[in-house]
Amino acid sequence: MDQRPNIVLHVDDVFKSFGGLHALSDIDLQVEEGKTHAIIGPNGAGKSTLLNVIIGRIPPSRGAVVFDGTILTGKKPHEINQLGVVRVFQTPEIFPDLSVLQNVMTPAFAKRDGAFRVALARPLERETGIRDEALHMLEDVGLVDRREVHAGALSRGDKRRLELAMCLIQKPRLLLLDEPTAGMSRHDTNTTIELLKKIKSRGMTKVIIEHDMHVVFSLADKISVLAGGRIIAEGLPSEVRGDPRVQEAYLGGEHA
Amino acid sequence: MDILVLPRKDLIVFICFAVVVLAMPIWLTPFGAAYPGLMQKFVIFALFAVGYNILFGLTGYLSFGHAAFLGVGSYTAVWSFKLLTMDVLPALVLAVVLSGIFSLAIGYVSLRRSGIYFSILTLAFAQMCYNLAYSVLTPITNGETSLQLSRLDARVVDAAFGVVRGERLPSPSLFGVELGGHAGFYLCAVVLLVAFFVAQKVFNSPFGMMLKAIKSNQTRMSYTGFNTRPYALAAFVISGMYAGLAGGLLAVTDPLAGAERMQWTASGEVVLMTILGGVGTLIGPVIGAWLIKYLENIFSAFNDAMLHRTFSFLPDGLQDGVVAVASKFVGEGWHLTLGLVFMLVVIFLPGGIMEGARRIRMAFGQRSGSAPQTKPDPVPAE
Repeated sequence: MDQRPNIVLHVDDVFKSFGGLHALSDIDLQVEEGKTHAIIGPNGAGKSTLLNVIIGRIPPSRGAVVFDGTILTGKKPHEINQLGVVRVFQTPEIFPDLSVLQNVMTPAFAKRDGAFRVALARPLERETGIRDEALHMLEDVGLVDRREVHAGALSRGDKRRLELAMCLIQKPRLLLLDEPTAGMSRHDTNTTIELLKKIKSRGMTKVIIEHDMHVVFSLADKISVLAGGRIIAEGLPSEVRGDPRVQEAYLGGEHA
Repeated sequence: MDILVLPRKDLIVFICFAVVVLAMPIWLTPFGAAYPGLMQKFVIFALFAVGYNILFGLTGYLSFGHAAFLGVGSYTAVWSFKLLTMDVLPALVLAVVLSGIFSLAIGYVSLRRSGIYFSILTLAFAQMCYNLAYSVLTPITNGETSLQLSRLDARVVDAAFGVVRGERLPSPSLFGVELGGHAGFYLCAVVLLVAFFVAQKVFNSPFGMMLKAIKSNQTRMSYTGFNTRPYALAAFVISGMYAGLAGGLLAVTDPLAGAERMQWTASGEVVLMTILGGVGTLIGPVIGAWLIKYLENIFSAFNDAMLHRTFSFLPDGLQDGVVAVASKFVGEGWHLTLGLVFMLVVIFLPGGIMEGARRIRMAFGQRSGSAPQTKPDPVPAE
């Protein structure tokens, strides 16, 4: 690691089995700082399991995940977040009972005040710094007109955009995206791609799990292909696209 | 000074609330409820419910053991009267501190679980406190006879200041002013106003928003970088301290502490108050508390003779039948009435009385909004 300081996330020889099922075997992954690393693969390849191992939701049977010199394995979700690793979920996890604006302000407080602080003195309305920051973020994702709406009342696509805003306002060092455009219309997908490209230019590292090849090839700098719990191919998008093993995994896998 | 600031809307709510509370002796007169004993109860249980709502309304953790903290507050206050001084200030401060310590311990253990398991844990702890008060801890609680003042109590602080032991039992005082009747009520009212202000601050603060976010989605909360357990524990301790303060005030208005205050029915009552009034609203629990205490006062006073008089217009045979049925709902059986009211509210108005008020307001708002603007504005209803 010392000789290659630009690697920010190491997945080191991770192995995960559920009972007799080997969900992940010999996973080695190196994510470079500032790059977008996509993990693709057919259904049941272990993509979501891998993401859950990285974020500490599922402990690996063997191996470790190291982020910028810190072992993530065994840490609690809020500790991992405070290190700058932030996750977007496949089904949007938002605060349905809070307003859209409060949804985005909450993570900003986590960033400013840390994991726990009893902040009672100053009313929310006077937190103008965080409020402005949140409004700015909502403008970026196009939800600023709906800021007073209860987040639970948003459409599914808007909930996804809201969750993305909630993650981005924390200016994460590593952003993990689990199928960020699943269930979105073509139009919303394109808007999301544009948004993610904009973040790319800000130099944030991203790991993205995706089904939609259009999304993957528009965003990824590097692609790892997962099939049957193993990484079967890795490389630049152009390399992966032509790889016969990848085509077999995608096409052959569906015939099996 | 941020700490004393409320947003304009909340300031108006606070001022209205203060007027309503302080004017109780006036507006309760037509209801026949303007005597100090009952008004003190109104104010004290409103305080209890407002505090309980900080836990239940904001974080969604349903505690069934808050009466334990009420009891701890009462015992602490009475002991302060017995050992230190008849002044209420140390009694209330100690009641808050001790119930805070108790709730820290009980909350720390109970909050390892959530949902129904949390509720059962708090219930178990409260019942433990209740049973201990009757058994092992009788030297402290005086068991079934309740903890009472005695002329021979030490009262070291009073003694040091040269207060002469009188012939009769001393009564609680504040800076030498005895707190009987209306003075006691006004003390409780001022304490309630301060506590209500603090609750408003909690609701309006970033901390309050975190608590609501925990209720809304705990998973997102922890993946957003918050350690949710200390947040819930802080809410638990704050509401426990409110309960202790309420217990202390009960002892101030009547210096006597019995274990029945800690029984699970008392814990259940504050849950009913909160739900009846409106969970998660500031005013709702207050209204719930007042309504329940008022109905209790009316219904539990009824007896068969009064029922016979009420239904005397009916023919004899029918009258006996009606009275036989109705008598089950009054006096000792008034909880049956409470149960019915509670069921009706939960089924038809899940958001409690506050939701009812909101629906009425919206119905009026829609009607006036859609009405053609040809007529001059009607006189407002209020």
